Amino acid sequence: MTDTGRSYLHVPEPSFRPGDKPTFDEMIIPQAGAVRRPPVDVHPDDIQDLARTIIRVMSSDNEAVGEWAASLTDEEALEGLKDMMRLRTMDARLLRAQRQGKTSFYMQALGEEAVACAFQKALEPGDMNFPTYRQQGLLITSGYPMTSMMNQIFSNSQDPMKGRQLGNLYSSKEHGFFSISGNLATQFVQAVGWAMASAIEGNDRVGVGWIGDGSTAEGDFHAGLVFASTYQPPCVLNIVNNQWAISTYQGIARGNAATFASKGLAFGLPSLRVDGNDYLAVHAVAKWAIERARKRLGPTLIEYVTYREGAHSTSDDPSAYRPKDEADGWPLGDPIERLKGYLIAKGVWSEDRHAQMASQIEDEVAAAQRESEAIGTLLEGDKPGPRDMFEDVYEEMPPHLREQFAQSLKEAGEG
Amino acid sequence: MAKKTMIEAIRDAHHIAMEADEKVVVFGEDVGYFGGVFRCTAGLQEKFGKARCFDAPICEGGIVGAAIGMAAYGLRPCIEIQFADYAYPAYDQIVSEAARLRHRSGGQFTAPMVIRMPTGGGIFGGQTHSQSPEALFAHVSGLKTVIPSTPYDAKGLLLASIEDNDPVIFLEPKRLYNGPFDGEHDKSIVPWSKHDDAEVPDGHYTVPLGKAKIVREGKDVTILAYGTMVHVAKKTAEDQGIDAEVIDLRTLVPLDTETIAQSVQKTGRCVVVHEATRTCGYGAELVSIVNELCFWALEAPVERVTGWDTPYPHSQEWDYFPGPKRLGAALNQIMEA
Repeated sequence: MTDTGRSYLHVPEPSFRPGDKPTFDEMIIPQAGAVRRPPVDVHPDDIQDLARTIIRVMSSDNEAVGEWAASLTDEEALEGLKDMMRLRTMDARLLRAQRQGKTSFYMQALGEEAVACAFQKALEPGDMNFPTYRQQGLLITSGYPMTSMMNQIFSNSQDPMKGRQLGNLYSSKEHGFFSISGNLATQFVQAVGWAMASAIEGNDRVGVGWIGDGSTAEGDFHAGLVFASTYQPPCVLNIVNNQWAISTYQGIARGNAATFASKGLAFGLPSLRVDGNDYLAVHAVAKWAIERARKRLGPTLIEYVTYREGAHSTSDDPSAYRPKDEADGWPLGDPIERLKGYLIAKGVWSEDRHAQMASQIEDEVAAAQRESEAIGTLLEGDKPGPRDMFEDVYEEMPPHLREQFAQSLKEAGEG
Repeated sequence: MAKKTMIEAIRDAHHIAMEADEKVVVFGEDVGYFGGVFRCTAGLQEKFGKARCFDAPICEGGIVGAAIGMAAYGLRPCIEIQFADYAYPAYDQIVSEAARLRHRSGGQFTAPMVIRMPTGGGIFGGQTHSQSPEALFAHVSGLKTVIPSTPYDAKGLLLASIEDNDPVIFLEPKRLYNGPFDGEHDKSIVPWSKHDDAEVPDGHYTVPLGKAKIVREGKDVTILAYGTMVHVAKKTAEDQGIDAEVIDLRTLVPLDTETIAQSVQKTGRCVVVHEATRTCGYGAELVSIVNELCFWALEAPVERVTGWDTPYPHSQEWDYFPGPKRLGAALNQIMEA
């Protein structure tokens, strides 16, 4: 057909839809160990290529290779394996609890466990994450009690958020985990502001921004990059590219026009791209960026290449927009299986010990769930009351809210 | 005690707050080296250094978002949006984040911050230099909304706002920056130096949030006003020879309903006046509250005199602005009812 010259609207499409046979043949994946590790005080202009490749440590032979290897001891790597397993086990149980009607909503981090768990391992107490709803691994790794997470999911009387927030929107100042908002991308620039405060105060505490591939299209992503670039505060800005924003593939947010990491280059930010399913690589890159921030060398932008294996949320059915077996073809594999394989190959782990730990974790998570459910679930048991709704709107309840609180009690027959 | 313009009073409040508490930081577009397009932050950078007062990229969402992060860290940002008309790109950060942070985090994180923004018309500012968006903030739970009408109140309310642990929207009627304005636009401007409310004490004092002020006592009708309209209301009452009680609300949220109710129960009549557009404006809330609290004392329906439900015009400035003529007609009408 000849070109009529008529203008047309370009609407990017993913390569595969339900019923198609998915492949990731077009993805360019460097060998593990192939990408160099620059010194932390490198000039950003000298590492622009790192925004367009993928930093990887674990090889297909289950070896840690290259300049980014050996950021962790075997013991620490084992702790990381355990963190990821605890997260995955909790996700599975809470997904089931949602299906049983014990809560209204849940979001898994299936397949993305390495990103948050390994990053948190590189942070120190006093640093602050500004997470999205899919970085539960930060809390797990920082030692936040799992029962508290479940109390939040079930909105029971022990929910630290007092029943005010939808499930998954955790908050723990003590564990360096900023209050999650439903509004996407807002926290990205807040993280930069938090780091600016750290700089104003003359401290070296690091602020960490988190965002998904889809949300990089929001204006606050741009705001975050501008403010980070202008004021050079101690922050790390993380983009978790899991290929999907609900039903929308990452090409709609222009992950195909350029890598997400490369969006930092015009701002003069050192920008790295890393294998998000490689626990050792994520940790090594996180450590590099955090060290840079702490040494007052400025912010870093990091893109984690991973895959959202589960549904977007319990309200989503991915088979309506992507092939059911797409995850099976994902070339960067599974983060837990890969770290497990590495530790076994190294001779510090075994299938038996792994099975034993899986069973222990299953028991531990089940116990936490029993404890939490005994307090209450969304519809049963001990729940937050109306006072919890009216408090904390302001530091002190103003007259109009005191009146409305009294009226709510009256309407409930308790006034 | 010296007389100050509203700009000087606001600047003075900044100096005092920044001297008293090193956690107070000031930033926004052009507020640093240059001292602000209205001069409200002049001298701050020189005195307190660039880490305490600095210029920001032209990105309202970023300015408010960064301030929220700073407040969460433990600072007390007092930031500026150049015109209230340009607050909309930051509306998500203000409504979804600053206003709700304390509530949604179970009190773990708070946003003690002030967002200053010049507001209001009467200056031939056209569509995007004249708006009065206070209803958009007053509607949001978790925000406090403040608007002064005199240099004395501007300083005291700003200091109270900076010291408050909740996020405060601080609206500054730019028409009042250099002198009071009673709506008589064809007469020469009177500077603050010739006005009693321009007496501003040196040093620290606060005007409490949530407290209205009766600026003219009267027994025939209550006028509820704020910002520039306070001066219009006083002038109109004098000109019409109507013994009106004029209340300057000063804080829209939380609202001083006690002072309002006492006054309307005494006068039996009430007129609400604001520059902002009518439909769903803050006046609707005031009318509703007066009806709820004072229904049996009312001798006439509560009236509203407001800007029209149109974008703020340029050449038709004085047809739009609710000046003494329109307010006078409403007062006479309500007195006959």
